[in-house]
Amino acid sequence: MHESTEILRWIVALPLIGAALNGFLNRRLPEAVVSAIGIGSVAVSFGLALKAFFLLRALPAEGRILHDFVYQWIPVGDLQVDVGFTLDPLSGAMLLLVTGVGLLIHIYSSGYMHSDGGFGRYFAYLNLFVFSMLILITADNLLLLFVGWEGVGLCSYLLIGFWFHEIANSAAGKKAFIVNRIGDFGFLIGIFVIVRALMGHVDEGANILAFSTMAEHADLLAPVATLAGLLLFVGATGKSAQIPLFVWLPDAMAGPTPVSALIHAATMVTAGVYMMARMSFLYDLTPVALSVVAVVGALTALFAATIGLAQTDIKKVLAYSTVSQLGYMFLACGVGAYGVGIFHVLTHAFFKALLFLGAGSVIHGMHHEQDMRQMGGLRKYMPLTFMTMMAATLAIAGIFPFAGFFSKDEILYKAWLQSPALWLVGFLAAGLTAFYMARLMAMTFFGECRAPDETKRHLHESPWSMVGPLVVLGILSLVGGWMGWPEFLGGSNAIHHWFAPVFEHGAAHGVAATEVVHLVEGGAAEGGHSVALEWTLAFLSLGWAALGLFGGFFVYLKRPDLPGRAQQWVSGIPHRLIENKYFVDEIYDAVIVWPIHRLSETFLWRVVDAGIIDGLMVNGVGRFVGLVGQLLRLVQNGLLRWYAYSFATGVLVIVIYVARHYTG
Amino acid sequence: MSMIESHLLSWVIFLPLIGVGLLLLLPRRNDRMARNIAFVILVLDFLLSLKLVIGFEPTAALQFVERKTWVATYGIDYHVAIDGISLWLVMLTTFLGPLIVLSTWSAVTERVREFMIFFLVLQTAMMGTFCAQDLVLFYIFWESVLLPMALMIGIWGGARRIYASVKFVLYTMVGSVLMLGAIFYLYHQTGGFSLAGVRAVNLSPLQQAWLFGAFTVAFAVKVPLFPVHTWLPDAHVEAPTAGSVVLAGVMLKMGTYGLIRFSIPLFPLAAAKYAPWLAVLAVIGIVYGALVAMVQRDVKKLVAYSSVSHLGFVVLGLFAMTSESVVGAMYVMLAHGLATGALFLLVGVIYERRHTRAIKDFGGLAHVMPLFTVAFMIATLASVGLPGMSGFIGEFLVLLGSFKSSSLPAARIFAAVGATGVILGAVYMLWMVQRVFFGRCDNPDNQGLRDLNLREICVLVPLMILMFVMGVFPKPWISTMQPSVDALLERHVERVEAHVAPDLRTVWLSREEEQR
Repeated sequence: MHESTEILRWIVALPLIGAALNGFLNRRLPEAVVSAIGIGSVAVSFGLALKAFFLLRALPAEGRILHDFVYQWIPVGDLQVDVGFTLDPLSGAMLLLVTGVGLLIHIYSSGYMHSDGGFGRYFAYLNLFVFSMLILITADNLLLLFVGWEGVGLCSYLLIGFWFHEIANSAAGKKAFIVNRIGDFGFLIGIFVIVRALMGHVDEGANILAFSTMAEHADLLAPVATLAGLLLFVGATGKSAQIPLFVWLPDAMAGPTPVSALIHAATMVTAGVYMMARMSFLYDLTPVALSVVAVVGALTALFAATIGLAQTDIKKVLAYSTVSQLGYMFLACGVGAYGVGIFHVLTHAFFKALLFLGAGSVIHGMHHEQDMRQMGGLRKYMPLTFMTMMAATLAIAGIFPFAGFFSKDEILYKAWLQSPALWLVGFLAAGLTAFYMARLMAMTFFGECRAPDETKRHLHESPWSMVGPLVVLGILSLVGGWMGWPEFLGGSNAIHHWFAPVFEHGAAHGVAATEVVHLVEGGAAEGGHSVALEWTLAFLSLGWAALGLFGGFFVYLKRPDLPGRAQQWVSGIPHRLIENKYFVDEIYDAVIVWPIHRLSETFLWRVVDAGIIDGLMVNGVGRFVGLVGQLLRLVQNGLLRWYAYSFATGVLVIVIYVARHYTG
Repeated sequence: MSMIESHLLSWVIFLPLIGVGLLLLLPRRNDRMARNIAFVILVLDFLLSLKLVIGFEPTAALQFVERKTWVATYGIDYHVAIDGISLWLVMLTTFLGPLIVLSTWSAVTERVREFMIFFLVLQTAMMGTFCAQDLVLFYIFWESVLLPMALMIGIWGGARRIYASVKFVLYTMVGSVLMLGAIFYLYHQTGGFSLAGVRAVNLSPLQQAWLFGAFTVAFAVKVPLFPVHTWLPDAHVEAPTAGSVVLAGVMLKMGTYGLIRFSIPLFPLAAAKYAPWLAVLAVIGIVYGALVAMVQRDVKKLVAYSSVSHLGFVVLGLFAMTSESVVGAMYVMLAHGLATGALFLLVGVIYERRHTRAIKDFGGLAHVMPLFTVAFMIATLASVGLPGMSGFIGEFLVLLGSFKSSSLPAARIFAAVGATGVILGAVYMLWMVQRVFFGRCDNPDNQGLRDLNLREICVLVPLMILMFVMGVFPKPWISTMQPSVDALLERHVERVEAHVAPDLRTVWLSREEEQR
């Protein structure tokens, strides 16, 4: 039964109020007030979110839904779309994540953005982002989710281009928006496919895009499930930076670093994963779409990890790492383990936000230096930043008992059950992850400090407003995974049971759905309790991750000559390839952007518009009329006798016509 | 007041003409007074028109009907009324009117009185066009728009104003002449000029085809539909700001209004038959307009081409003939009026200060004109159809409705190709915004630019507010349009089906089944 409560709309609306206040008044308010409004609105929102979460938890597992209907949004014809918010175990977990991590990053920002000229504008955007993200995760229907989806895209655009005096920054923002729009094109068409399949078959006046309605009528969706699933996934590849639309995320690092942590690591980029989990009733109907998702996810995980090996900008390494980790989440969803995908969303949010904030702390201390070749030995100067980032490194590498171990291990296990090939790709990427993270830590915190003396003299640990959130996230990077402590290690895998009611809907869907569920979980049923397999895989991952970490530290601390030699390998071609990100941007430019631009400029505008339509047709008609005018001028020759003749002829013609008309 | 109550619609339509009378009485060279009179009259007109919204019943019936015999011999009536389709276009006109006058305060400094007279005539003519229920009356209003607009371009326009003005007149006249011929033919057939009368008469498919063609050409020019759109960029570039705003904001909608009020309901068989062709042109217009907009160097020309793209959505929606798509098309008309109107006003603001509109002359304006930048950003986002703003609702409904349309073959392809316009819209708008507003403000001519002044803010804020309101709470608009749209579509389906031979009908039905 739906428990109605208005608390949800306030959780969502508070950050909007904060954004409006800071947006309208930012020039007149001192920094302290701006940050009080910005942080306060998210803090209250977080408090209410906790309250709502406990309300939810108090409900019996099978009825864990809070619903808040606000108003009818678009009532047209048979289409009925509401503004309403839903809290269930899935959105509940996301809600705590977004408001909680959001709050930490707001606090951090008040230190990081201190005395920036756009302080108020920054907080207005950041609050607006939290608002949009909350709409996205609590929306009770697909179109409202899309509103949040585009809203976070807008905030991402605004925040990437926040320092707009550099044209490159706003170009990066624009690129992010447009690449996302390409994905959203697929998303929109996906919505249309679903509406077309349901409309006319569902009770009139029903909110057909509501998740509950769609899930209820999943049998109607079965024929279009593959198409709709793939189209929605196109949207997800844009928002969550998967192959082939990942190109915007590395550029997005042009934004302030807390933005990278919040938007481009912890929350927004995971929206695609959330959407898939939300639409799991649809994806369960289509093994084809799921396979595509799994393959794209696994490939992205590996592909991005290789690029991460050769980047020298600390934020770029983390950006490709994010792309890679998002690949894992899609791999999980693609093998039908949505809950595990979301589990990785949560743990990743802790350690990746921490890595970005730590990088921000380093950049702050280094006075806006981001090149790791200028760093080194920073652990002396910034001990807390170092320690917390080390925790995050262990977490992302998947070292027991840090958070990443639990989620990544479970993803790989589920992938193995589906196909050992998928497991292998994910497994390889995991080793690379450990390696590039060790490289990052080694280059930044160990060895000799390579910064110029001027910078070195000013090196300092960051203020408490920044270090505080690091510590909290550091703790979460350790314990955050324990909610998914697996049963074979003596845990209860609480998060699995928490999500279970959301994802176990196969039975209600009729034949097609149950078949797929068997397909997906069949392996689990047979081999699922094969504890030996779980142990084996876990040990393999752990050993492989440790090897990667060790390798990274060893190479970059003890044998610094090795990377240089590796770069020369096969005439340096592999290195140049990954250093330049496989030239994907360049290829897109040459194959898509440039041709469209040339076509528009030279053919459509110059030839079709100016040449054919205007030149030939319009002005041609004009010239023709002019010519006729010239001819007619001959008639107006001023000779009275000529006029008299013409007049008489005209009268004669009329008289004859009238006479024939009336007599005939 | 009862005099006003009982003839409310006529008052709304003709109040600007009373303003013209006052202006004519005014001694020359009293520019300030002329502006004030025009402004006050248009504000009063807007307030008066609010009574239309308040008194409007959400049904399909014609309301605020006024009908007087005008020329009895030929059965010409003075017959005005509004339904849910007309209502919001009248409101758009009265809403934009005072804002446009306010925007001319410093832009129009010569022959102010004449300018205001033309503008007020234009207002009356446009509103009349949206309300006329008699073909002759409609035609008179329709043609009355032409002259003041041409003069506004020709007198207050830019360097190539004469070329643009003549091109505008010739283009429009070609269409209008065909429509006039069609109106006379209809009189010949029905013995009257009333819309209801024409709807009642049974025209053969061949007759319908010719008449549909004549009317539709006239409307297509006005919309403007690809490939008869090339007058628009020239007209916009040369027109003074106020002219551009009224042109894009309201006048283009006379074309799309004509399609939904005349072409489709009067000639249903022809409309059904040729719908796919018009939808093809509409979709070409969406993509083509966007692509050409992308490569423009002049901000105003860019916005002008974007109108070709947006109006393509309207035509696609109308000829997809589903409840969602037609309501969506109506919504795009209004949203486009707000967003593009605002964009032209903003371009005018910068043109007044810099006397250039070339993108390359700008860059980094956000540093010197933060308020202007915010306003431009908001209008841009409304224009690219960001969800939560006015532009989204209309484009979404048009595309959704087209996707499930059964009156277009391969409807899904139409919708999919049209939807690429949503991507391209972001491309050309954001690229332009980037080049104009971001980066360093290097050009010394730009460094001393003043930000928006209070008057300019007053012009823009109402538009901005409405962009949000229409995006977040679209229900009041939708619920008033819907009954009229549904009635129109129902009648359309009935009349088309009544004509289709039974065997053909079964073919159709089976095809529809297949599509399901």
